[in-house]
Amino acid sequence: MVSFLVRRLIVSVLILLAASFIMFVLAANSGDPLQDLRTTNAPNREQLIAQRSEVLRLDLPVPLRWANWLGGATGCLVPGAQLCDLGRTISGSAVLTVLPTAMSSTVVLVTGATVFAVILGVLVGVITALRQNTPFDLGVTLFSFFLYSLPSFLIAVLLKEFIAIRFNDFLVAGGRLSPGMVLGVGAVFGGAVALFSRGTRRRRWALFAIAAAASAATLGGLSLSGWFVDPGLGPVGLGLGVLGTAAVTVLLMDAWRGRLRWVTGGAALAGLLGCLLVQGALERGSWPIIFGVVFGFLGAGILGGFLAGGQERATAARIGGVVLTAAGLLAVVDRFIREWPAYVANPRVSGRPIATVGSETPGLTGDLWTVGMDRFTHLLLPTMALMLISFAAYTRYSRAGMLEVLDQDYIRTARAKGLPERTVIARHALRNTLIPVATIVATDIGSLLGGAVIAEHVFAIPGMGQLFNTSHRLVDLNPIMGYFLVIAIMAITFNILADLAYAALDPRVRVRG
Amino acid sequence: MSDQNRSAESPPPPQEFGDATPARGFGALVLRRFLRNRMAMVSLFLVLLLWLGTVVAIGLGPLPGLWKHDYSTLYPQHAGGRATLSLLPVWLGGEGIGLGEHPFGQSRIGQDYFAMTMRGIQNSVFVMVVIGGAGTVVGTVIGAIAGYYRGWVDAVLMRMTDVFIVIPTLVIGAVVGRTAGGLGIWFLAVLLALISWMPVARLVRAEFLSLREREFVEAARVGGAGNARIIAVHILPNAVGVVIVSGTLLAASAILLETALSYLGYGVQPPEVSLGRLISDNQSAFATRPWLYWWPAVFIVGLALLVNFVGDGLRNAFDPRQHRFRLRRTPGTRGGGRASSRAAAPPATEPENRSER
Repeated sequence: MVSFLVRRLIVSVLILLAASFIMFVLAANSGDPLQDLRTTNAPNREQLIAQRSEVLRLDLPVPLRWANWLGGATGCLVPGAQLCDLGRTISGSAVLTVLPTAMSSTVVLVTGATVFAVILGVLVGVITALRQNTPFDLGVTLFSFFLYSLPSFLIAVLLKEFIAIRFNDFLVAGGRLSPGMVLGVGAVFGGAVALFSRGTRRRRWALFAIAAAASAATLGGLSLSGWFVDPGLGPVGLGLGVLGTAAVTVLLMDAWRGRLRWVTGGAALAGLLGCLLVQGALERGSWPIIFGVVFGFLGAGILGGFLAGGQERATAARIGGVVLTAAGLLAVVDRFIREWPAYVANPRVSGRPIATVGSETPGLTGDLWTVGMDRFTHLLLPTMALMLISFAAYTRYSRAGMLEVLDQDYIRTARAKGLPERTVIARHALRNTLIPVATIVATDIGSLLGGAVIAEHVFAIPGMGQLFNTSHRLVDLNPIMGYFLVIAIMAITFNILADLAYAALDPRVRVRG
Repeated sequence: MSDQNRSAESPPPPQEFGDATPARGFGALVLRRFLRNRMAMVSLFLVLLLWLGTVVAIGLGPLPGLWKHDYSTLYPQHAGGRATLSLLPVWLGGEGIGLGEHPFGQSRIGQDYFAMTMRGIQNSVFVMVVIGGAGTVVGTVIGAIAGYYRGWVDAVLMRMTDVFIVIPTLVIGAVVGRTAGGLGIWFLAVLLALISWMPVARLVRAEFLSLREREFVEAARVGGAGNARIIAVHILPNAVGVVIVSGTLLAASAILLETALSYLGYGVQPPEVSLGRLISDNQSAFATRPWLYWWPAVFIVGLALLVNFVGDGLRNAFDPRQHRFRLRRTPGTRGGGRASSRAAAPPATEPENRSER
């Protein structure tokens, strides 16, 4: 294991060296860094050209400049010593100061997109596999093909035009849905449920009617009570959220039995009560309080489950931990949502909350909740644009994986033992489906980083992709190489992690040491 | 596609022995499965039709087209540059079915948008074919050599592949495209092909690694065949499924790569037209002249979708694992097919071929 890691790391460093050389040479030959100076009318043109040539060492041949850059970059490997030097941009600021600020937006963007794409993609993929060849399956497959063929710049522009601007208009107009809209959404939702279900035609029609009526009533109620202007989860929403988490946990862990039922129920109840109790503490926004709440809930859940679990204390502790952590997160989310009216009314935002440009509202100040809400409204659409593409791939991948797993002998064995279908799916099929998906997620990080270049371009977010894009237009090598260093190290790290994860999750794979 | 036809050029003669099923070769089976896949066939037909349509409309190279305008001339503003295409007949309250002067409208400086869009489709298809073709050839050669020789050759070639994989395709594509964009679309397409062969190489290598251990390779070697002959004549025809499928998926992602690069300004340069470039030039006019956005958008998505459907059809034709799962639902039939030796491998090939969008 250790020798495998060491070997992988050595090879990775060599790969990184070679890739940086290729990148440097290609980028250096892609244009002329003096372009803007050659066409300028400034009287001291020659002097400016000479000055920049000297700063960028244009007198040296490209491989030597690469070696020069590499020398500075190697200094970063020595911890403590102030040797780290990634060079300066054309405008004179050090890459080491430009890069971290640019990274923050991109990291949030890519992480958010990955998390949501994985959760939704696996969920939808597994469900379509379980309902193979239903109209629902066909519809989702076609839709994922469509998303798969949709370039991210198209998605981004469409989101900007249709979601952001329309939603803002909707809020400005008072935040009331028209009856036609309510009925339409209800009909679509009911249709999806009916197509998803298996059974007789009569049962489908009944399901359609129930689902359509329920969703239309909910939506209409929310609209009439002005929820879209002044949203919040409220005790009802919190309760539903906690109960939903508990239900999903029980399903996934296949723990609806004996004492664990009581543990789950107790955890859900405790979570709900806890949510309502900490609301006051969360009024003031600060990171220690938020972390305190979430980790306090986590600890309480694990401890409670452990104590109450009896013979199955390990499982009980996990259930308690998951349910209570979800409750803590819900409490935080609820606090965020309740910030919404104040945020919308802020003079800097002036009633149009969903932003289409930038990563923060200029000049907006406020506590953690306000600033957090501001980040959220700015990064929402680019994250969606990135997510939708990966979502399509993960859906198709987990669907194929689930179908493959369901065909294995051990599934037949599990069924033959007489295990309930729920157990077969949750315990035997789902877990094995997740193994290849985990590795795909890791290797997909490169395409997400590439997608971030486009998403940041469309939404004018000053992130790493934008840094690359603007530097590349100027043939500004140092920031390009800084960007390359970050994404290449990320890609390599995630690939190694993928290999290790595969070996850890799948006992059939052995890491050769 | 020519490989597809080649593998079926000698279908075994039908044998009418009572009710015995006629013997079919692998190629014939694959072709039959593909031809029966209605979605893939319709998609293939539509892609060819679309491309032929652009050739008929605006010509290709020395061939003149039928359409009266070309894609670079500036024309006087007609009807405010609005799209004059009308599909509603008069009796339904429309203006009658007709193309009008500028069916897709005019660009902001007055070019005929229909001719521009057609030219953009031609360029996209061209780049797709070159990247799909050249990328598949390079990837197949590298993958075949690495998988066949193993050892240090394999190690060197695969580390080389890793070097290229470390840089996201879109990023290295932007760097290469900035160099090549001004030098013409041929140059751009070939250079992009040289940076996008990696997924093909990996898949072909994996296939070669398993095929080289089979008995027929041993038999060929005993028969006196050299390495080159074994690779080209004995193993490659057996790996043709992987090659074709990964090549098609590469082609589908190539469309998105080219349009994305052109969107960022690194791909096809004016006066040449790219659908991605049309979108980036006109997205600020979305509210006032939406047709300038919609026409290229529809054709990018349509083209990529159709090619993806063809690729999916080919994959199902070569590896019809989907059929086995239906058996699970009908108890009493002959089992559900045994777990394949590939159980530990990722189940589908497609995300390996994703483009960086």
